Amino acid sequence: MTQTTHGVGGLSYDAKKRTWPAEFNVFLALIILVGAFELIGRVFLGDSFLFNTRANVDTIFNEARLQIIILQVSIVGIIAIGVTQVIISGGIDLSSGSIVGATAMIAMSFAQVATVNGNPNPKAMFIEQGWTDLPVIVPVLVAIGCGLLAGLINGTLVAYTRIPPFIATLGMMVTARGVAKWWSKGQPISFPTESFAAIGKGLMPVIIFISLAILFQLILSYTRYGKHCYAIGSNEDAARMSGINVKNHKILVFVIAGILASLAAVVLSSKNLTAQAGMGVMYELDAIAMAVIGGVSLSGGRGSIIGTVIGALIFGVIISGFTFLRLDAYYQEMVKGVIIIGAVVLDQWRQRLRAMRA
Amino acid sequence: MSDIVLKTENLTKYYGGVHALESANFELRKGEHVAIMGDNGAGKSTFVRQITAVEQRTSGKIWFDGKEVNFAGPIAAREAGIETVFQNLALADDLDVPSNLFLGREKVLFNLGPFSILDRKFMRKATEAALIRTAVKIPNLSNTIRHMSGGQRQCVAIARTATFASKLIIMDEPTAALGVQETMQVENIIRTLKANGEPLILISHNMRQVFDLVDRIVVFRRGRIVANLRKQDTDGNDIVSYITGAKTGEAELAA
Repeated sequence: MTQTTHGVGGLSYDAKKRTWPAEFNVFLALIILVGAFELIGRVFLGDSFLFNTRANVDTIFNEARLQIIILQVSIVGIIAIGVTQVIISGGIDLSSGSIVGATAMIAMSFAQVATVNGNPNPKAMFIEQGWTDLPVIVPVLVAIGCGLLAGLINGTLVAYTRIPPFIATLGMMVTARGVAKWWSKGQPISFPTESFAAIGKGLMPVIIFISLAILFQLILSYTRYGKHCYAIGSNEDAARMSGINVKNHKILVFVIAGILASLAAVVLSSKNLTAQAGMGVMYELDAIAMAVIGGVSLSGGRGSIIGTVIGALIFGVIISGFTFLRLDAYYQEMVKGVIIIGAVVLDQWRQRLRAMRA
Repeated sequence: MSDIVLKTENLTKYYGGVHALESANFELRKGEHVAIMGDNGAGKSTFVRQITAVEQRTSGKIWFDGKEVNFAGPIAAREAGIETVFQNLALADDLDVPSNLFLGREKVLFNLGPFSILDRKFMRKATEAALIRTAVKIPNLSNTIRHMSGGQRQCVAIARTATFASKLIIMDEPTAALGVQETMQVENIIRTLKANGEPLILISHNMRQVFDLVDRIVVFRRGRIVANLRKQDTDGNDIVSYITGAKTGEAELAA
């Protein structure tokens, strides 16, 4: 009780006793995880997880591994930014993976070149209409349009028909996957223009992921929309009684999530230089897992984009770590499931602890 | 008529065949604190729900602030200046005190639709001012409501109603779930409101509290107003007989 700060009405409180942000715990978990892989690597493999051990490269850290860690989670991470907002508002979105599939197919068909090696592009869908070699803005806008539409349908279903978000987005998950398969009758769509291919080149996915994460963290922290996300997620009735237009807000949240999923589709199809109907399968669950690991409460009202980004990094570290330890890829899937359950259990535990202290 | 804040005439509400509220005639003057008492199901909450337009009345008229009003819903009623502290506190647990005070009517720096930037400094200052004005004590404004005691939460809910220059405050059993000390805290806030001249309708089962705080007591029984008494003209036993039905008939207020 040495350092007290004055509150309102003559009361004071111990400034040191303020609860630290939940993101700090998640970050701590990340550090411990990296440390564990480092330790196991040193003891059992004689190799370092984090630091450079190759003689011909002159860096402190193993930069290739660090890049892979963040690169492999950045596309799902873009989806997770939207999913985080949905969960904070008290909903859930199972459709994002399928939206990625459908959007990738549709957007890619507007990003194709006319000729490949001097011959007409065999995969071009709209070659007869002459819709080839279009400027990069066209497929990007088409993608955003697809995401917006899917999000609008999700949001409207949830807001107006009172179907639980779980069911509404489950329906969208199945439907959007159907659209992805129907669009080219199951054929992959390939040969994008150079400018479209540039979107997902090199570290671009990481740059896009981080920029979007910063943008939406600022929006969540400093705008009315952000405040309403937390308000609706923590007490929907209170939000409604306070005059917040809960229906419009829900639609907006799902539209944003849909657009972010469609942006992920653009980056993914650009990076792979092709779009397939099976793209993005299970991405919705990975995105939800990243958010949950990052401290976003599934009961709504709590969490942040920063937390989700750290959650995504934990995800990346686990996958890279397993490869580093030369463990079978099958174990990754199994461990992923365990980690998701663990994160939720931890969240419940933390809530109960807090309730006891209060 | 000019100093009457709220007036209802033959206010009636039927839920199907149930006559929950029958011809309620009620008046509230400026600066007056009135208690509404009655057994469970006597029509107290129904009465309040018609005034705040949470439900639409079957028949009857309401005047508020000198005009006859027909609010479309609770938000319209609130915009007109009727603030309600609900039994189930309308607070968002995961938000801090300023966010809760300004919930749904945030002050913004630039208007960009839903993405309007919040004026957090202003809201924090206004919150401090409102808490001081209502004599609410909260140690740390940045704490979320989840971390607060029942009394502190109730105080925040009351401070919210007092923040926005309201013309009428309605409290539905504000101390029902509180401990002794917390109840005292809330009662002190109500006294502050009285000193500030803000009119109040208090629904309460607590006889001691009612006699401590209000000017006038209105008793509901089976959907009807059966007593309308100034505090000095009555006592606890009298009120109880009205509530239980041992005494009946609408007593006219002598004044």
